[in-house]
Amino acid sequence: MVKDKEATPLSIEALRQGDRAEFARLVEQYDTYIYRLALRILGNPQDAEDVLQETFIKALKHLPSFDGRSSLSTWLYRIATNEALMLLRKEKGGVLSLDEPSPNDEEEQEPIQIVDWCCLPEEMLMNAETKKMLEQAIARLSPALRVVVVLRDLQGLSTRETSQILKISEEAVKTRLSRARLQLRQWLSEYFHQQYGLENLAP
Amino acid sequence: MSAPRPSCHEMLRSLSDYLDGELEAEICAAIESHLAECENCRIVVDTLRKTITLYHQYSEEDLELPADVRSRLFKRLHLEDFLNSPR
Ligand SMILES: [Zn+2]
Repeated sequence: MVKDKEATPLSIEALRQGDRAEFARLVEQYDTYIYRLALRILGNPQDAEDVLQETFIKALKHLPSFDGRSSLSTWLYRIATNEALMLLRKEKGGVLSLDEPSPNDEEEQEPIQIVDWCCLPEEMLMNAETKKMLEQAIARLSPALRVVVVLRDLQGLSTRETSQILKISEEAVKTRLSRARLQLRQWLSEYFHQQYGLENLAP
Repeated sequence: MSAPRPSCHEMLRSLSDYLDGELEAEICAAIESHLAECENCRIVVDTLRKTITLYHQYSEEDLELPADVRSRLFKRLHLEDFLNSPR
């Protein structure tokens, strides 16, 4: 959830009319959130900074026509998400598919991991190495799934906000989130299985 | 009337919504009745819940905007005059 740092709410009217001080307040209020979002989707500080700058340049340009149908934060997130996805596509040489992954991606993958690591002590679950693995697992997801899990589980947005940002149905958000989480669980299970020699009960 | 007991395969599909508390009571009851008797699905649901928790914890760690990144942003937007304005 985006929390307002400022006591006075931003004036959409002033923003539309190009009030510089008001725009500076908008940037100050949201730049950290936009940077986090971009860094989590892209995994690279330089790319995240590019997206951060492009987002506010576009926002500045399009504010006069901001229609207020969504909240300012949803609108900014939408610009930033599109910028990040565009950058990903460019880096992949234009072959990136943002469509939903084929149904086969979901369950027809590796046999499901049944490793009971959920009750390992906290220091075994959350250390520097695990954090690196959590990051790498996010990066391994297809962009279509990664964006949803970043918005929902890392940025803490609701299903509804996520559906508005991505312009997909709430059902599609839930389906992709489910696939993303199951995939992450699978990779975490493999990792903890190897790391701590836990038994795999998979048939 | 209670919902039919889901298979292990059908369970997988519902667990994310189940953990988000987005399923109707009778579907939850059917899932819980499956979980009571299926060790494998219990492990999957516990580790899925923990996966989500780990990512929540990970996301809560401070990830502040570095000061130099903010200063370049304000410069790019020609907002330097506002950079050190009091909050
Ligand atoms: Zn089962």
